[in-house]
Parts: sequence; structure tokens; C-alpha cells
Amino acid sequence: MKKIATREAYGEALAELGTEYPDIVVLDADLAKSTKTIDFAKKFPNRFFDMGVAEANMLGTGAGLAASGKIPFCSTFAVFAVGRAFDQLRNSVCYPMLNVKIGASHAGISVGEDGASHQSVEDIALTRALPNLTVIVPADAAETKKAVLEAIKIKGPVYLRLGRLAVPALHENDFVFEPGKAITMREGSSATIIAAGLMVAEALAAAGELANEGLEVRVVNMHTIKPLDAEAVIKAAQETKAIVTAEEHSIIGGLGSAVAEVVCEHCPVPVYRVGIKDSFGESGAPSDLLQKFGLTSRHIADAVRKIKGLK
Amino acid sequence: MEAISWLERKAREIRRDIISMTAAAGSGHPGGSLSSADIVTALYFQIMRLDPEKPDWPDRDRFVLSKGHAAPVLYSALAERGFFQTSELLTLRKLGSRLQGHPDMKSLPGVEMSTGSLGQGLAVANGMALAGKLDYRDYRVFVLLGDGENQEGMIWEAAMASAHYKLDNLTAFLDHNGLQIDGPVREVMSVEPVADKWKAFGWDVQIIDGHDLSQILTAVEKAKEVKGRPQMIVAETIKGKGVSFMENNVDWHGKAPNPQETEKALAELA
Repeated sequence: MKKIATREAYGEALAELGTEYPDIVVLDADLAKSTKTIDFAKKFPNRFFDMGVAEANMLGTGAGLAASGKIPFCSTFAVFAVGRAFDQLRNSVCYPMLNVKIGASHAGISVGEDGASHQSVEDIALTRALPNLTVIVPADAAETKKAVLEAIKIKGPVYLRLGRLAVPALHENDFVFEPGKAITMREGSSATIIAAGLMVAEALAAAGELANEGLEVRVVNMHTIKPLDAEAVIKAAQETKAIVTAEEHSIIGGLGSAVAEVVCEHCPVPVYRVGIKDSFGESGAPSDLLQKFGLTSRHIADAVRKIKGLK
Repeated sequence: MEAISWLERKAREIRRDIISMTAAAGSGHPGGSLSSADIVTALYFQIMRLDPEKPDWPDRDRFVLSKGHAAPVLYSALAERGFFQTSELLTLRKLGSRLQGHPDMKSLPGVEMSTGSLGQGLAVANGMALAGKLDYRDYRVFVLLGDGENQEGMIWEAAMASAHYKLDNLTAFLDHNGLQIDGPVREVMSVEPVADKWKAFGWDVQIIDGHDLSQILTAVEKAKEVKGRPQMIVAETIKGKGVSFMENNVDWHGKAPNPQETEKALAELA
């Protein structure tokens, strides 16, 4: 099966939707070839603005465009979109609830060889703390395309977390993608794995492995971190009594934290978090990094065995 | 000349509002509000195309108060111009008020951008100017910067972008009052030669007396003639202008007058 990176799908979606939505404008900070906004730039040169290596300025400019009726997509690496430009994201975008979309590519450690300076492992924690911001982490190309369309429809700021690495398609047929509504990818009652981004594929592989051992595990694709589908989390806690979260992000403040917050308040059951354990990333091939940092189906399956007292 | 003296009276009213508002609030920033009162008066009562009945009119001129701590001068201008009742001015900074400590575009009609974190307003103004160009609308975007605010790196990112995208529908004012919270700008972190810096960034630059209303009007007329470049009007101003004991006194950057001081200030502005 052909694997496609979510950033690729993001670029394609913008170029495709640009005709139907003439208010879309795209801004980039000297990374158009990497974030794939280059597709839009070629097709709609008058509506593409390269802001140079100045991410804070890009978000501020996006705010002004949004205040004047445009739908700006501001694109750069996640580490810069959130890290470098956090104050602008907070004060010029989220506080005034302006209609700015942030296409944050190269999130997580699967950036690979560029190393820790470019590997955003804390952006979910930062963005989900911001009022008014919708935070979406699509798991494959098809979800990304739908997420871009949904982001356009949402009247307010949206953060799209995208990856560099090509990932497998998770949906055989068409599917409903509704922000804030988790997708159950696999039913099961022994435990639930709640995953986001490229970890959804790993979660499905883990569930397959566990099924061979007689454990039927539910897999929930939590593509929207904020607003979190609390109902799906509570249901998983009530019905399966154990939850493992899986994310390509620090275990501090990300999906695992968001899930644990809901579980603790509404239906306390054990929650194990598979993610990056409070460290920066490093250079290496993406697959080696995912191994080293404990982000594979094996790590998820082990966490499920542990939470079930089987290990 | 009659128009000028009318504007001067209006500026005095706005200065009185600034004193009354900050006194009622018990906090706020009178110094930098008073220094920019003449610029803001000229914009809202002579220069800008506005309709207080239609704050979202797509063809309106825009004003971004990048130095958001000068909120009192903006609120007063908006109220005096009819965007809301002047009686609401005295709710400044109070719980539940639409007049937040720093401007909140979501709560108050006429506020074009939520500001307060310094350095961000120029980029936002660039976005508004770009949108105007994209839509072939002939509105102008005005932005007011503080001189201490020039210490923010993002100002220069934005300055580069305004020139790069040839935003000749954008006019910035620099409220060059020479003082910031910690002291004289020259001592804290010099931004000089500030006019030369803006020139070097590709802007059309004028230097005027920021308290001379006819100079302000003339400068904007000249700015409108400039093609292909954004325009910076460096307005030489006096922090606390109009109230003798506040003038050029850094202590009045972010402090409200007590009742005696308020009485004295209002008497001077009568």
C-alpha cells in the first residue's frame, strides 16, 4: 500500500479547496516545499504569501487577514508555529478568536534526522491549553483532507498537527470525520487504546497482536485533542475498564494527559500513557527513533498487557 | 483653521476622558495615552473613513493600537465618535466591563484588534492591508506604535514585510515620547536613530510634531500620496502631554491619578 505523509495531503487539500473557497490565503515561513503549501502557491500565486523566516510575523499577519474576512492557513514546522510564535498564537489569534488556521507540519520525532531542535514533542500540551483553539491530529492522508475542509468550516482558530513521515491509509471506505468526535477503529472490551496521529496505525497493529492472545482491545482514534470527545473516553473507561493512550508527543500534557483528566473526574480506571517520556528527541531514521522512544505497536501492546496484569 | 481649533478642543476632551477614566479605574496608563491623544483625535475625527453605526463596514479605514496599554485614548475616541456611550468610559478595567485593561476586539465595537502584548500590532495591520489589496478595497490601515515597542524584534519582522509587499495603504505613527516604564528609552535600550532605521527598512518616513494637529493632517495627506511603500510618521511627542505634572515624567507611564491630582489635571485641561 502506498504511504502518504499528512503534510502531503495538507498541501493537496489546500490546492484543491482553493478554487471553491476564494477567501483561503496561505502563508508560509520559508518552508513551502516542506510543508507542501508550494502546491497552493503554484496554483494561486496571488493568494500565497511567503513571510520569510519570521514565524511570529506570519501568525500576526494571519490575524490581520482573518480580521478582514480571509481564511489564512499559516504553515511552518510545529516546533516553530507553537514554540516561536506562541505569544502571537495566544494573543493575536486565540484571544480574539480569529479565523486563523495553523498547518503545523513536521510534528513529533518522526521528523527524523534533523534532530531535537526540529522535533516538536510539546505542541499538543501548549495548544490544548489555549482557549478557543481547536486541535486536530489527523492519522492519515484521508483524515487530513477532511480535517482541512472541517477547519475551513470552523469559525475560529484551528491547529492542524501534521507529520513529515509517510503513513499508511487507515480507512478502506469513506468515513465521517467530525471534529470533536472520535472514531472507533476497532471494537473490543478488554481494554481501550486511545491514539492519535501516526500512533493510530501502531495501535491497530497492537490490537491485532493482542487479539492473537485472546485480548479484544478497542481502538479509538482521537483525532481531535480539543475539544476532546469526553463521551468516548468515559464510555471506554466504563466498558473496558482500562485505557492505554498512544501519541507521538511527550506524555506530559498531551493526549494521554487529556484522557487521564477526563477519566479521573468521571470514571477512574487505570490509564497508561505511551509517549515520549519527558525528553527531547535526537537525530536518526524515523523508524529507529520510533523504536528508541517507545512509540511502536510492541510498546503499546506491552502497555496493554501490563495494565491487564498480564506482564 | 477653524477645523484645527475644533480638533484641538476635541483632543482636550479626550485628554479629560483619559484622566477621568484612569482615575475611576484606579490604574491604567495615562502617560502614553496623553502623548498620543492628538494623533488619535486627528485619525478618528478627521482622517479615517468610519461609520459608528456600522463598525464592521468592509470599506472602513482601520486603526490598530499596537501599543495596547494606551487603551484609554482609543476608548475615549471611540466613545466620543459615537461607537458607544461616553458614560461607559468610567467602567474601564472594572469587572464585567467591555473596556478591558487592554483592548479586546471581541467585546467592544470599533476595536479593530486585541492588543496588549507589544510588538504584534504592525503584523496585524499588514494582514489587514494585504487583505485590502487582495479585495481591491481602497481602505487605509493606520497603526500606532510606541517607541519602546520598537525594541520588540517582531516589529522589524513586520516592517520588512510591509515594505516587501509594498503596502502603500498602510500608515504607521510612532509615538516618540522617549520614555518607557523603566526610564528613558535611550537609557533602557536605545532605538535611535529610529527614523533612519525605518528608512533603511524601506519605509517612507516623515518626522513631525505629534502635538500639532495641522502637521498631523498634512503628514497623512502626504503619506497618502506615497506609492509602493508603507509610510512611517515619527511623531515627536511628550509623555503625559497636557497635564503639567505628568509631562515627561516616567512615573506616569502606568499609574492613575489620585483625587487631588485628578482635580488638578482636569482643571489644567478645562
